[in-house]
Formats: sequence, C-alpha cells, structure tokens
Amino acid sequence: MDPAQRTVYLDHAATTPMVPAAVEAMTEHLFEVGNPSSLHASGRYARRVVEESRETIAQALGCRPGEVVFTSGGTESDNLAIKGIHWSRAAELGPRPRLITSSVEHHAVLDPVSWLEAGGQAEVRLVGVDSSCRVDLDQLRELVAERPVSLISVMWANNEVGTIQPIDEIVAIAAPHGIPVHTDAVQAVGAVPVDFATSGVDALTLTGHKLGGPFGVGALIVRREVGVTPLVHGGGQERDIRSGTIDTPAIAGFAAAVELAVKEQAAYAARVGALRDDLVRRVIEAVPDAHLHGGALDPLGEFRLPGNAHLGFPGCEGDSLLMLLDANGIECSTGSACSAGVPQPSHVLLAMGCDPDQARHSLRFSLGHTSTAADVDAVVEAIVPAVERARAAKAPR
Amino acid sequence: MKVLAAMSGGVDSAVAAARAAEAGHDVTGIHLALSRNPASYRSGARGCCTIEDANDARRAADVIGIPFYVWDLSDRFHEDVVEDFMDEYAAGRTPNPCLRCNERIKFAAVLDRALGLGFDAVATGHYAQLRTGADGNVEMHRAVDDGKDQSYVLGVLDQDQLRHALFPLGGSTKAAVREEAARRGLLVADKPDSHDICFVANGDTAGWLREKLGDRAPNHGGEIRDEDGAVLGTHSGSYAFTIGQRRGLRLGHPAPDGKPRFVLDIEPVSGTVTVGARDRLAVHSLTATRPRWCGTAPARLAGPGVTVQLRAHGAEHRAVVTVANDAVAVELLEPAYGIAPGQAAVVYDGTRVVGSATISSTSRDA
Repeated sequence: MDPAQRTVYLDHAATTPMVPAAVEAMTEHLFEVGNPSSLHASGRYARRVVEESRETIAQALGCRPGEVVFTSGGTESDNLAIKGIHWSRAAELGPRPRLITSSVEHHAVLDPVSWLEAGGQAEVRLVGVDSSCRVDLDQLRELVAERPVSLISVMWANNEVGTIQPIDEIVAIAAPHGIPVHTDAVQAVGAVPVDFATSGVDALTLTGHKLGGPFGVGALIVRREVGVTPLVHGGGQERDIRSGTIDTPAIAGFAAAVELAVKEQAAYAARVGALRDDLVRRVIEAVPDAHLHGGALDPLGEFRLPGNAHLGFPGCEGDSLLMLLDANGIECSTGSACSAGVPQPSHVLLAMGCDPDQARHSLRFSLGHTSTAADVDAVVEAIVPAVERARAAKAPR
Repeated sequence: MKVLAAMSGGVDSAVAAARAAEAGHDVTGIHLALSRNPASYRSGARGCCTIEDANDARRAADVIGIPFYVWDLSDRFHEDVVEDFMDEYAAGRTPNPCLRCNERIKFAAVLDRALGLGFDAVATGHYAQLRTGADGNVEMHRAVDDGKDQSYVLGVLDQDQLRHALFPLGGSTKAAVREEAARRGLLVADKPDSHDICFVANGDTAGWLREKLGDRAPNHGGEIRDEDGAVLGTHSGSYAFTIGQRRGLRLGHPAPDGKPRFVLDIEPVSGTVTVGARDRLAVHSLTATRPRWCGTAPARLAGPGVTVQLRAHGAEHRAVVTVANDAVAVELLEPAYGIAPGQAAVVYDGTRVVGSATISSTSRDA
C-alpha cells in the first residue's frame, strides 16, 4: 500500500515529498551520460544542466551563480561552513579564535562546533535564547566585542519550534567587527522569504529534501570574498571548495524544487499557516492544558515558520503520544531525531527554559505542501484518546 | 491481544516477537535503551545495549512486519538496577541485576507503561513456560531446554506480572529457536548469546566497581586472613570479592595443606576478607528476605519436589522452606557451596516456580 494513502503525514520538517516538477527535472537526466567535468559533447551538456541549475537557484535566492556550492545536503553544508570558514579565519586571526553559535542549532552545526572546541581549535560561545527560542542579541553584542571571532552561525529558523531568528540584527552586530555570518536556512527556504544578498549573511545552508527536491543534494551559498578551507579534496570541482563528481540529475531536481518553492512561498505560507493555526486552536480546545512552544502564532509569519506546531501535553511522554498517533496513521515527531539511539530531551526546549519533564512531553506537527484540512481533522479526532492513554501510561500504577 | 514485544536485538527476543505475531496478536516491538551512553558497536559477549543492537532489533521488527520504537529507560534502569548493584557490592553482598531488571524494569516500568497505552501483555525471549494452574492462577515452569532455562531470573514476578507476561520460547530448545530465526530470515539467527552483566561492558565486574564506586566503596583495601586471623595478603577493595571465589586472591604462598583457598567471608567495614578450604563453604541452611511469590504465599514447603536454586544456571538443591511473614527459612537437605548473601533463592516445586527471596544470611553449621 502506498504509505501516502493511509497516513496523515505531519513531519514535513523531517522531510517533505518531492514535487512533480523536481521528479521530472531529475528523471529527465537519469539516463543521460556525461560527467560535467568532461570536455566532450556529453560532458558539456551535463555541465550546461548543472550551470543552468546553479543560475536558477541563484535567481531564486538572490545570490550570484558563482556563490552556489553544491554539496550532499544540509549536514555537509553546515560542516563546510563551520569548519571551512573557521579554519580559513583562524589562519588570519591566530590560534583558537572564538566561534559563536546559538544553543538551539541543529546538531549539524553544534557537533562540528563542539568537535573544533574539543580539539582545541576554537573557543566556543553559545548564545542563549528566550522562552520563545529567539537568540539573545545583547549577549551576542558582548561576545563579539571581547575578542576576535572567526564566525557567527545562527539558524534562520529553528527546526523544532519554528522560531525565526533576527538574522538582520545579527548581521548588523557582526558587520562592524568584520565577522562573517553563516545561517542554516534548511527550514526557511520556501517557507518564509529568504534573499541571500539582502540578508547580508556570508554563507547560507539549504537542502533539497526539505523543500520538495531529492535527498542527497544541497548547497552552501557562500560569498566569494569569504575564504573556505575544503573538507573534501580531490578533483577540484565547485570552486575547489568541494571536490567530487557533480550529481547532474539530483542538482536538476534540486533546482526545480527551489525555483518552485520560492515562487510559491507566499501562497504556501498563507495556506499552510492557516491550516497550522486551525490545528493549534482546535487541539488546545480539545486538550485544554496543551500549550504551544516557541513564538506565538503570527499571521504575517515573521516570527514562526508557517508549518510548525510544537505542542506540549502535560502529564504525557511525547514518545507515547507519537506511538499512539502512529498506530492511528498520524505521523509526527517528538522534536529532533535521537542522535545516540536514545531519545534525549530536546536541547532546544531545555535552552528555552523547559525542565526535562516539559521537554519530554512535547510533540512537533510540521505541515507542508501536501497538507490538507483533512489532516488537521484527523489530528483533532485522535488527540484526545491518545493524550488520555499517554497520561495513563505515565501515571504510576 | 495487543502485545508489546521487548526486543534486545538478540535472536531469542526476535523469535519470541515473531511467534507472538504469528499467533495472531497485534504486536509492537520495542527496544529498551538502558544505557545512558550506549556504545556504537557490540564488543565481547554482550547481546544488548549498544546502538548496533538497537538496529538489529529494528531490522528484526522490519522482517517480522511490526512497528518498532525505542523506549528510553536509562534513568529508571540506573536508579533501580545499577545503583542497587553498586550498593549491594559495597555492602559485601552479591546481587543479581537480571532479577532486579525483570522485577523493576521489564515487568514493572515497561509493563505499566504498556498497560497504560492499551497493551494487554509484554512478551520477552526468556526461556520459561507459563500455564494456568488448577486454582486459575498463572503458573511459571522451567523451560523445556534445561541449558537455557531462565525461570530463575523470572522468579521475582508476582501473579499480576505473570498474568501480563508472554514467554513464547519456553517450549523450545535454543537450537530450534536459532533454526527458526534463520528460516524466518532474521539476520540475528547466528548472533552469539549474551552473558554476564549487560552494563559491565568488558565483563570485568571488579574493575567496573572500582571505577564506579569511588567514594561509595566501603574500603579501598584491606587484609586477606585465614580463619585463625593470620594475614595472608592484602587487596585493593573488598567489593571485588564474592563468597566462594577462588581466582584472583593473589596469595603468595600456598595453604599448608596445599589445597586451594576460597573466600569465606567479606567484612566491608574493616575490609577483611577471610579465606579457607572449600569444605568450610558448605552451607546447610539460609535465611532470605523480601520474598516475591508467583501465586499464593506458602507457609511451609517440603517434599521430594521442593528445591531451591541459589544462582543463575546453578544446581537445584532439595530443601524444606518455611515462611513467616517476610522471612524465609531454607533448610538444605545436602550442603551447598559458594552461597553469598544478596543472591536470590528461587523456590521450585517440581518444575513450578513458587517464588523467590534475597539471601540475607547463611549458616555453615550442620
């Protein structure tokens, strides 16, 4: 059976289905031969497909084509930005410069940062957040003034609670000190307006499978003036920053998805935002002590991703709720995927001031381009019995 | 029935889950994450508790075609099993953490949560048999496979727990289970059996205790004496010893009679470890506390079928058992050797498990 027919898929922040335009663009090239680095006609054709894709992405995101470095996805782009820019800057700044990120980043940022710290290569400072998950700009101002900083990396929008970070203000704080800013925008592109040049950031991560494109392909958009030490050495592809044979079909599919997602962003945000608001309102009506984590619902989508509904259900284990809803065909998440095989309380919720119990009683519903009013109805119908059972399971017998 | 199958990643629990599903139950697989910092890969003879084992369990659930989740019970496990294990060793006793885990984790924390979530039973890959007795109670009996029988570590389960338990492997031999796993396409079919204590990764219990106990150790050294009080050697922590232990005493010179010496007594406060000849280990009776009865609590058990088992995979000892409130007195008809306080005495009537209690003292007087 087709899983899409029997399930209510509300985990679009984990991955979202490919859009037909991306499938078509990708499959069109799957049977074609030609390494984009080859000099003959087939190679030239493949190269043309890749460069047209690069231009499409540049056009959609307000950057120059030469600023688009294709990678295998978000994690690689984040690693490339963090390690690559830090190493390059450390060569100028001297040993062990300060590296600043937020306490609510994805592990694709936090883990390379702590790896650099553990190896004695960086002095790491994490900027805290308020109870809505917004970064503390005053703290950031202090941290950049104290000593040389290699890089500031703050996500555009948080993957767990959907909070949109004040990237403009972060850039304004960094600029006088000449500190480059990287932002992980995998959740933001297609959901909220993202324009690389206007934002003023120096590097931006995006990935295909979060916006209707294929898995295994993404990009780091990085200004040409920013030095990036490569992580992968070899044939010198992608400006010598990221070697490896270029994946023409995946890049074609990725570009088609980016183009469509950006073109439809406003309509998407309005439609999905309304569904999300409906879901939150009706779930809280049905379960009165349920509450929203992150920023308030804002109609303009300035502070919260339109598809994100992160809800706390006191007295429940999020794991139990997830399992009960899954048994009813409703697919959601407890937050970030477990990194060590053991589900840990979310570092994002802990940073927002939740205690471990609150952090464990939460569920993330993330809506996307295939979500419908019927999906919301299904959640509203299933949530009360699920919460009752989950509470019974947690109460001591 | 809605059945929750606890899947360690080993062959037994995988086949148990498959059998429960084939019997028509609505089965959901879970892997219990018991370690706070699981290792990535299995090493040595462990069969659970690493991420690789969780992945093995997940693949088995895929093959069986059941949903699968990981439940994090690491905090509960640490509090109820690991801490208790350390306390017991620190007090000079020899605990069995597997019984404790079955009593407090698998058939308490997990079972309670399962019942709350709407499940009717928890299935595991333990080798033991359940059947309904004449009085309507669920009885637990030894497994068909003598070599694999695990009724000893389940002897702590009470009637309420047994009513919600399912042991699909009790009527099979291990060889048959492995063969069945291969036939079912379960890749864990030839995975080695796990042994020893799951949270002591390399099997070196003394080394593990030395590292973990720290200030909680009652002593970090003491004297090894013979029964007359003569000092024969020293040690670096009495928690590293178990009554009946022979290896690792590191006594420079042999006993006058040339016979091997065994640990007879551990005195945690002074740190003195007393050693002597094997015949001095002979225990004729013992008392035990904290009894857990599978059914109705007995007052006195005697007869040809009444036995006690005093350690996992240990022998059956014919016995007379007398119960007064929470105190269990066991009179052994033939002496038993190497019996340590802290171990469980599991009482059997024939193949039926009557219950268990924790050994508090032993008597070496005939």
